[in-house]
Amino acid sequence: MNTIEPTVPTWATSRSRVARRYLIPLTASVLIVLFGFALLDWISYEYAYLAIYTILQYVVLATAWNILGGYAGYVNFGVAGFFALGIYTSVVNYKTLQLPLPVIIIIAGIVAGIVGLGMGYLTLRLRGVFFSIATLAFAVVLNTVFNNWHFVGGARGVPVLRPDAPLFFGTYPRYLFGVLLVLAVAAVLIARAVEYSWLGRGLAAIRDDELAAECSGVPALRLKLMATTISGALMGMAGAPFPYYITYIDPASAFSLTIAVNTVAMPVIGGMTTWIGPVIGAVMLGSLQQITTVTISSALSLMLVGVLLVVFVALAPRGIVGVVKTLRERWA
Amino acid sequence: MKMFSRLIIRALALLVCVLFAEPLLAQQAPIKIGVGEALSGGLAGGGKAALLTYQIWQEEINARGGLLGRKVEFVYYDDQSNPATVPGIYSKLLDIDKVDLVISGYATVPVVAAMPVIIAHKKTFLAYYALDANAQFKYDRYFTMQPSGPNPQSAFSAGYFNLAASITPKPQTIAIVGADAEFGQIAMAGAREHAKENGFKIVYDQSYPPATVDFTSIVRSIKVLNPDLVYIASYPPDSAGMLRAIYEVGLTAKLLGGGFVGLQFAALKQQFGYQLNNVICFDYYAPEPTMKFAGVDEFLVKYRARAVAAGVDVLGLYIPPYAYAQMQILEQTVKAVGGFDDAKMAEHLHKTTFKTIVGDIKFGRYGEWESPRIITVQYQNIKGNDVQQFIESGKQVILDPPQFKSGTLRVPFTPTKQ
Amino acid sequence: MVNPELLFNALLTGLFLGGFYAAVSVGITIAFGMLDIVNIAHPAFIMLGAFVEFYLNSNFGIDPLLASLIAIPPAFLVGRLLYKIYYYAFERHGEESLQGLAFFFGILFIVEVGLLLVFGVDYRFVEADYIRKTIEFGYISLPLRLVVPMIVGLAMVAAIYFFTSRTFLGRAILAVSQDPGALRFVGGNPMRVKEIAFGLSIATAVVAGALLIIIQPVEPSLGREYIGRVFAICVLGGMTSLGGTVLASIIVGITEALTTTFGGPSWAPAVAFGLLIFALVVRPQGIFGR
Repeated sequence: MNTIEPTVPTWATSRSRVARRYLIPLTASVLIVLFGFALLDWISYEYAYLAIYTILQYVVLATAWNILGGYAGYVNFGVAGFFALGIYTSVVNYKTLQLPLPVIIIIAGIVAGIVGLGMGYLTLRLRGVFFSIATLAFAVVLNTVFNNWHFVGGARGVPVLRPDAPLFFGTYPRYLFGVLLVLAVAAVLIARAVEYSWLGRGLAAIRDDELAAECSGVPALRLKLMATTISGALMGMAGAPFPYYITYIDPASAFSLTIAVNTVAMPVIGGMTTWIGPVIGAVMLGSLQQITTVTISSALSLMLVGVLLVVFVALAPRGIVGVVKTLRERWA
Repeated sequence: MKMFSRLIIRALALLVCVLFAEPLLAQQAPIKIGVGEALSGGLAGGGKAALLTYQIWQEEINARGGLLGRKVEFVYYDDQSNPATVPGIYSKLLDIDKVDLVISGYATVPVVAAMPVIIAHKKTFLAYYALDANAQFKYDRYFTMQPSGPNPQSAFSAGYFNLAASITPKPQTIAIVGADAEFGQIAMAGAREHAKENGFKIVYDQSYPPATVDFTSIVRSIKVLNPDLVYIASYPPDSAGMLRAIYEVGLTAKLLGGGFVGLQFAALKQQFGYQLNNVICFDYYAPEPTMKFAGVDEFLVKYRARAVAAGVDVLGLYIPPYAYAQMQILEQTVKAVGGFDDAKMAEHLHKTTFKTIVGDIKFGRYGEWESPRIITVQYQNIKGNDVQQFIESGKQVILDPPQFKSGTLRVPFTPTKQ
Repeated sequence: MVNPELLFNALLTGLFLGGFYAAVSVGITIAFGMLDIVNIAHPAFIMLGAFVEFYLNSNFGIDPLLASLIAIPPAFLVGRLLYKIYYYAFERHGEESLQGLAFFFGILFIVEVGLLLVFGVDYRFVEADYIRKTIEFGYISLPLRLVVPMIVGLAMVAAIYFFTSRTFLGRAILAVSQDPGALRFVGGNPMRVKEIAFGLSIATAVVAGALLIIIQPVEPSLGREYIGRVFAICVLGGMTSLGGTVLASIIVGITEALTTTFGGPSWAPAVAFGLLIFALVVRPQGIFGR
């Protein structure tokens, strides 16, 4: 006799939910990091580490930007400002205490996060478009401030000598790669955690219709502030190792428009609604740029970014993730 | 069967060729010299002239059988006069292009930007013009073609202040202005020292961001203070902008100039022509009777024949002679060492006195010249905007140091009408 | 003690710059204020105009102002085309803000990199008789390279003012921002009106480009300095008001000139953006805004 019982699917039991939400991502992350460290033995081409560093850096930036831009729908054009806060925290450290890199990354994150909180407090009450313009203004004001701050070089810039790398890594490019790998994985885990939490759901509600969300009880300002703080902190963390990568830093390169456009383009191209979109966008666009810079010219690779951004935002606004989803639905 | 044996013979022949060709080919592999040069942007006037000089030298040496029996090849990239591109360029040259030798681009700012990468790779770096670039690094494999001598910061403006001190009645006040960039700051620091030593009161001391294009407010602020002396340390685009503003606002002073980079190029000489009269400027070579080196005139003839076609500096007075000398030094060093070992090359560069088309050169502490040879010139008797007049002597009169002096100082500087 | 000669000349310079900034910003007043299109790429079109005029001036000897007149019709068409793309991609779906911003950001980048590829990073300037002349009255100096752009700039804004207040099409542009439905009632076609307005906006950009290259040498990335300025002026001026745009431009111009003269040129870029942040936080509707 078969009794008809409501069956609970296996994936919905609390044990497997814990596995899906925490264990699987964590183990995957640990495996990725271990694989990355193993690469240190296999790849001896120093330039490769610097190239991969750039891509990992964009993974962090794109993921960070997307927390506010993709999840909440607030376009932050002040990426360069937060990135530069991380850079200059690192420069101040280079000229004074010379603390090790992981420590300064955390400090840079805190600095950028606090500034993000402050900026958010001033500007997040503004309508979306005005917020974006205000973030641009914020970046330029910060640029001018650093141009005038002679301790960190002002407009003159600072040449940065790389210290010795910790023994495990051998050379400094490998060390930079290792640090950024861990940071990138952490950033993605954080974005994923935000997305699946009440914070993420609130942000999504804000993105769809802020007024309606507020009426339903979503504390919009508070959530936006949290998103801005996390986003800003992560961008600052990505900036901290940059002086050691580029070995000569001046405000013009810290506030580079290229970094700002890339950080916006990558989530747009990859897909803004979920954590994997920025990663896809960063890896694809980043690799493409590295290849074109070395083979053709850097100017052309910049043009490529602009064109891809325009094409994707006009024709495929949900990004690659969206395109894949649409294809899957069509063939299902 | 016959076909098969023919095949075997062909294969054997190929094998023999490969076995013997391999060492031969290794000998034929060209020597690569890597450089990041300013081919566009504010410094391009100098960068392009340097590149043309290197190409002239390259053709000469390859015609003579190459360096150590191998052809010489330059691998170069445009740094766009932007220091941010420089570390990437030198990383690429050393890690991807795997060049044998590296030399620097033109000017202090790109040289300083390259230093961390060079130091990390422990390369010997024969740099070009750079003001006191090694002071913050104290790298023992750095050598510069700039004849600053052992105290670059101070030597750069020493001539200007010697002239100032010689004016009667003694000047009282000075305005110091320059770009907020490596070169400007170092030059201004030196000027401040000299001003204090001479007892001149500094009434204006400001720097401007390198991207400034409008200098009228700066010049006007200086004008209302009416200083006796004006010392300016600027790169080519700002030098041009500053001169334009000086003429627009109408600034006069007993002595004006000192650290204008760019006036040494033909392009700016042509653009400003008669407007340069009575401006004081630093230089390293001027076609005056007191400054004759063996070989430089022949070189300039050869250079000028190609410069017009190549669209680069047609006078070739500032960059080309020293760039050619730089290659002479490089050639002599590589030959003496028999290879590219960085440590051996550095040792040779430190201890040798080199004979070049700009005279004898010996490097001292931190790769600077053992004794300085910066000259201070005043532009005189310039008529109109014809650039060819600068080939003759008497247009860039050397006033300091005394061993090269070829004329007398004219005071004051006032904007010339024409 | 502030030197009166310095102060007076700084004020004058600020006034001249203000007239020029009005020309630069009027396009944004139309596009953003009246049409609600965040054309953040407007400064890139100014640079494009400036380089076109440089090209015509250095290759054919055409006076930059004349060159800008030549450039107006193509610019107008480009503007109309750009609006059509924007409309079909975004406005139709009602997803203007985020996507539109990213779209124009991409356009800004494409135009700037395009100019870099064609013209390189060198500064370019134009030659014209009046550029090096200065009229002097005692200690007041009026450099023509500032006076001419101010006059032309204000003239252009005045022309647009008359256009929007006296002609049907112009009034339709004002109307479309307030109430597109009502516009249809009186026989206007909102989409065509917006198209023409956006074309007009880009046309003002190329004229502003000519004025810019008369004032100073230009290079492709110069446009970035103007992004903040134009939006600051538009917001300060109350978005749709042309009079507000002129007044705000003069305020920004004078503040910048005073900062440059007394605070140093390195602080000038922050002025416009600082005023913008101030305006957005304290009085978002601007001086003349409703």
